[in-house]
Amino acid sequence: MTNHGHHKIFLGMAAGVGKTYQMLREGQAEAENGRDVVIGYLEPHGRLETLAQAEGLETVPRRRVTYRDSVLEEMDLPAIIRRQPELALIDELAHTNAPGLEHPKRYEDVDDVLAAGIDVFSTVNVQHLETLNDQVAELTGIRVRETVPDAVIGAADEVVLIDITPQSLIERLVAGKVYAAERVPAALNNFFKVENLAALREVALRQVAEEVESKRIPANVDGGRPGDERLIDTAAPAAVGERLLALVEPNPRSQRVVRRAWRSAQRLGAELDVLWVADHDPNAEEQEQLGALRQLASVLGAHLLIEHGDDVAHVAQRVAQDRGTTYVLIGTPEPRGALRRLTKPALPDRLLAMLPGVDLRIVADRTKRVKGDST
Amino acid sequence: MNVVLIAVIVILAVAVVGLVWAGAHDRGKRPAPQATSSRRILFPFVAGALSQRALDAALRLARVEGATLVPVFLARVSLDLPLDSALPRQCSMAMPLLEAVEQRATEAGIPVDSRIVRGRNRRHALRQAIAEENFDRIVIAASAQGSPGFDPDDVAWLLENAPGEIVVLRPSAKDQPADSAGAVLGRKESPFRPRRARRGAHPVSRAGETAASR
Repeated sequence: MTNHGHHKIFLGMAAGVGKTYQMLREGQAEAENGRDVVIGYLEPHGRLETLAQAEGLETVPRRRVTYRDSVLEEMDLPAIIRRQPELALIDELAHTNAPGLEHPKRYEDVDDVLAAGIDVFSTVNVQHLETLNDQVAELTGIRVRETVPDAVIGAADEVVLIDITPQSLIERLVAGKVYAAERVPAALNNFFKVENLAALREVALRQVAEEVESKRIPANVDGGRPGDERLIDTAAPAAVGERLLALVEPNPRSQRVVRRAWRSAQRLGAELDVLWVADHDPNAEEQEQLGALRQLASVLGAHLLIEHGDDVAHVAQRVAQDRGTTYVLIGTPEPRGALRRLTKPALPDRLLAMLPGVDLRIVADRTKRVKGDST
Repeated sequence: MNVVLIAVIVILAVAVVGLVWAGAHDRGKRPAPQATSSRRILFPFVAGALSQRALDAALRLARVEGATLVPVFLARVSLDLPLDSALPRQCSMAMPLLEAVEQRATEAGIPVDSRIVRGRNRRHALRQAIAEENFDRIVIAASAQGSPGFDPDDVAWLLENAPGEIVVLRPSAKDQPADSAGAVLGRKESPFRPRRARRGAHPVSRAGETAASR
């Protein structure tokens, strides 16, 4: 029996999707079931539907903090802990507290609440996740300053995605259900564009899928029972996630393999590993090509791995098993002599035999296809 | 018994000859590794502003000189991102263009060694490319009134700062930006097919192009 509270996070792609509303709704349901529920902190942004959903729930009053001649209202952490409810609803997990409070960040306050044995429902948008911050900024052109370490999401007992389509969210915005009327035109011109929201939605869906995958427990691993809620780390066998492995050599032709692999990874929403099995020390030209591959991998967000070994298939097998690869891509193998064909199976054949259940794709030279088509 | 022995020896001999022949045949069929040239022609471009004329010129020069074409996609990293950030959106534009450039070069027998170089702006990325890459020549298009290419300031900066030869193509309203792979590949007329070539004309000195050297 643990005293630590249960943490459930409502994750959304953007403001206005209904995270706070859903959190309050579930809080109401818990209260109706007889649990002692309080609102630890609520930021309704003047949304009438949200305010209506909060009615009837006890609210722990905010505390006033003076900072640089301004009076700020913050969540009253000591008051929540003193009140000792069974469940506290705490909005805006990524919020930065005014200086001088117990912690700089609200997610740290939530840690204290959980440590006091109080369950917490909280909310956060996907662009606040630390490791997604750069990606989201690149996708949307807008960077948020307040971030939450991914470990906070990883440590949560439940992560619930609040999902609506970009079109529906824009309709809600236009109808004045997200921001006050005077803020709507600016929001539409900046953040709330269909392409931004679609990209954020994809990131949010992927994030939750990864969370589900990392917390999945096989029925019979180490005595784990079906339905066991105990968490395991990301070493869990992959269930739904794809992971690609591109085998390369330090030469310009390998860039084609990496590019095609990346495009496949993008379509699958998968991570991409790029592997060179080094059976010798690279010469100057190969060093230069490795530099180019490293640069390419970096700009694509892929991971370049250099492993030493004499047998490409064996090293690829080990790496694929370690990294949960579901898809291996290789360049077109060079023709082999009859003697070699007799004495050693080709790399694709060996990979297929050594990596059961893993897809194998041979990246062709498209130039040859064009020539063939045109004749 | 002797007959059987002779037959076995003959079969083995035929098998060995066959294997040797097959091996030799395979070696003959094996494509020569892509010729790597010590000469390299840098061809920088940005999304939506890949000049067809500049690409044609770069390909012609590479073919004539037996050089490697180095298409360089210049990616812009906004100030609020680390310079080494992954740039999926820009890469999704760059990938088809690089593939298409590579395809055209390969068809022409020109070795290709592509790059994506990041910078805070176009010039910064250019500077990075020049600093990081070995090359003998740069081919760029100057832009004017919507034609694809580099603005006069960038061209002037390049002429001032970049080592090696710089080929600047004069802007032309006829130059269409190749902002998709189809546009790069969609030419009906190949620059490598003979066409009304002026007698003795050097590929670089055709009308509409200027060569500037430092």
